[in-house]
Amino acid sequence: MTTPLGKDLLGLEELTGEQITLILDTAEPFKEISERSIKKVPTLRGSTIVNLFFENSTRTRISFEFAEKRLSADTVNVAASGSSVAKGETLVDTARNLEAMRIDMVVIRHSSSGAARFLAQRIESNVINAGDGTHEHPTQALLDLLTLRDHFKKIAGLKVCICGDVLHSRVARSNIWGLQKLGAEVAVCGPRSLMPNAIDDFGVKVFSRIEEAIEWADALNVLRLQLERMQAGYIPSLREYNRVFGVTRERLERAPRDVLILHPGPMNRGVEIDSDVADGPHSVILNQVTNGVAIRMAVLYLLQGGRPDLASAAMGAAN
Amino acid sequence: MTHRSETILDAQAVERTLRRMADQIVESNGGADGLCIVGIQRRGVQLADRIVTYINESEKSAVPRGALDITLYRDDLQTVGPRPVVGATTLPGSIDGKYVVIVDDVLYTGRTIRAALDELADFGRPARIGLAVLIDRGGRELPIQPDFVGKKVNARTTDRVDVQVQEIDGSSGAILVSPKA
Repeated sequence: MTTPLGKDLLGLEELTGEQITLILDTAEPFKEISERSIKKVPTLRGSTIVNLFFENSTRTRISFEFAEKRLSADTVNVAASGSSVAKGETLVDTARNLEAMRIDMVVIRHSSSGAARFLAQRIESNVINAGDGTHEHPTQALLDLLTLRDHFKKIAGLKVCICGDVLHSRVARSNIWGLQKLGAEVAVCGPRSLMPNAIDDFGVKVFSRIEEAIEWADALNVLRLQLERMQAGYIPSLREYNRVFGVTRERLERAPRDVLILHPGPMNRGVEIDSDVADGPHSVILNQVTNGVAIRMAVLYLLQGGRPDLASAAMGAAN
Repeated sequence: MTHRSETILDAQAVERTLRRMADQIVESNGGADGLCIVGIQRRGVQLADRIVTYINESEKSAVPRGALDITLYRDDLQTVGPRPVVGATTLPGSIDGKYVVIVDDVLYTGRTIRAALDELADFGRPARIGLAVLIDRGGRELPIQPDFVGKKVNARTTDRVDVQVQEIDGSSGAILVSPKA
């Protein structure tokens, strides 16, 4: 018996709709564990997990760490600064050294697209992609899907618009693939300079005006506008970005229906999203954070491999 | 391989047995006060519901009921791998100081009950924990014994005991499935 997801979770592009649904369904009972007074189950007792973060992250790293600890795994955090990576060690050498200490899983965040796959092909441990360059951030998209499903009770047929810097966003890519596999209609909206040239190949609707996107959508997933983009000349100024593409209360009030607001964080209040929207009644931004822990617990659980040689004997003694 | 199935309990017998077990549970507790009935996912939950209904009928009580999914407490994740569908765990408020009776359909190796005891301990400290099973098929691998038994059968390791409940299977009963020699 192989694990239902295979050895690694590298992205949503290579998963089927059934596998994605399985992760979401598995996350449901894990939500309850975080509400208990003893927030811990012994499921991954004895497993060692390394969180290898070559890029800054607060939310994702803490969320993975909570998920690991609530499943009773032993965790080690390695940040690029202050480790031998700063001395010029390669990614593979770092991972092989960790593996020589008998670890079971690696959660990796890296600034290069494809870093997670590169690592997964070279080590035996399970690899979970926690964001690689501008490629994918699968657990973020999964928690977005779970939050949408909580609210709308289904994903198929939903109209979801991803707004902002789609060009540089791994969250956008993972979301597009995940939403499409579950039968949602996907659109993107943002300045032309922040859209990939090949956006038409994704099979999504493209809006150039935020007003049109709001009129069309059931939910908006508002991406963070990375402030470096302004220096790089992608947009003229933050103020102008807010004036043209900002998700504001005035714009939402003109929508024909209530539009659910998601944001992967960290937010630039007053740039891509206004404070009264982020804190407003249709914002599920904090539900996303809560769901993130449950989703990551589900992924860790489903990647945990069984031993086929022992499985049949143990299955026979299921009661 | 062909199989031979033999009915251990039919629908009527299941009802009768569960009524008797409900009475025994109340008797051993000296009433319905402080009782809490917890079913193990999946079919234990429906059996627990039935038992609670019978207790409440006869005692005019409102005994709390809960559901326990022990998947995350299993000792065979490293061997069998993850079981795809994990059910819900819902316990009715605090179990501290209560007489908690765990209800399951079939008792075999005892490993499920071991896991259930571990899980209950994470929720509180009951005054006492009891075990009620519809079928005890023998074959224990751990020192665990039931307090309330619907029916005892001697099943061989190659046999399978299947309990069916209306809500999941559309019919109610218990059958012994053995490979034909």
